[in-house]
Amino acid sequence: MKTDLLFDFTVDKASKTVHIKREFNAELSLVWDAFTKAELIDQWIAPKPMISKTKYQDFKVGGKRFYAMVSPDGNERWALQEYTSITPKTNFKMHNAFADKDENPELPGSEWDHNFIEENGATIVNIIIYNESLERLERILDGFTQGMKMSLSNLETLLATLSKK
Amino acid sequence: MRRDIFQAIADPTRRAIITLIALQAMTPNAIADNFHTTRQSVSKHLRILTECELVKQEQQGREIYYSLEIEKMKEIDQWLNQFRKIWETRFNQLDDVLSTLKKQKK
Repeated sequence: MKTDLLFDFTVDKASKTVHIKREFNAELSLVWDAFTKAELIDQWIAPKPMISKTKYQDFKVGGKRFYAMVSPDGNERWALQEYTSITPKTNFKMHNAFADKDENPELPGSEWDHNFIEENGATIVNIIIYNESLERLERILDGFTQGMKMSLSNLETLLATLSKK
Repeated sequence: MRRDIFQAIADPTRRAIITLIALQAMTPNAIADNFHTTRQSVSKHLRILTECELVKQEQQGREIYYSLEIEKMKEIDQWLNQFRKIWETRFNQLDDVLSTLKKQKK
């Protein structure tokens, strides 16, 4: 069993883009399911001790997934994803935005592009997140890491360091 | 005024200055020689970097030398690492989900 799975994570401030690349020790169809079926997404997308709870999902172009990240103290952070493009087992794109519990999104959100490639029985997933704001990154972090109290303007610059890498 | 470290790297010139003095301590004049900008502008950037405690000054004879506070730079790295960590955690969880799925298929 392969254990040294490829993992890249880079952030580019200039283009407000996050690149994430990861290899999985499974065939493409399984990985595709894990990224596109709510009951599977909920099992891994929330970093413990958070849990992910999908209220509903309609995986088709124009369809949505409305879900919450729930912290151990029961605090719910809702977000709304809208699928903008789907090429089965190859690519899907979505718009992701924080929302209130009544599904009102806080715009603008970010654009997520997922690419899936099978290679020698393993699957490589490339995720590109466009227009990711530092505020959003910070809010994701918040709730599971304590003590991060950087101001927004400070966060703006986070992406700068990695833009050189 | 105490500034925040992230202000220091918000500007491309300051990032270039950081890269320069990471290699060796330099005087403001030597630093300014590397930029198409005024000596005043470089001084302003150096002042901000100093206030962020990202660079330190050292008097040698009549000259002041600026050098990088490596420990401070590490703070930035650590901050970024938290985001990387989130994805790492997620993907490790996904590895488990996938391995369960594989077993169910068999």
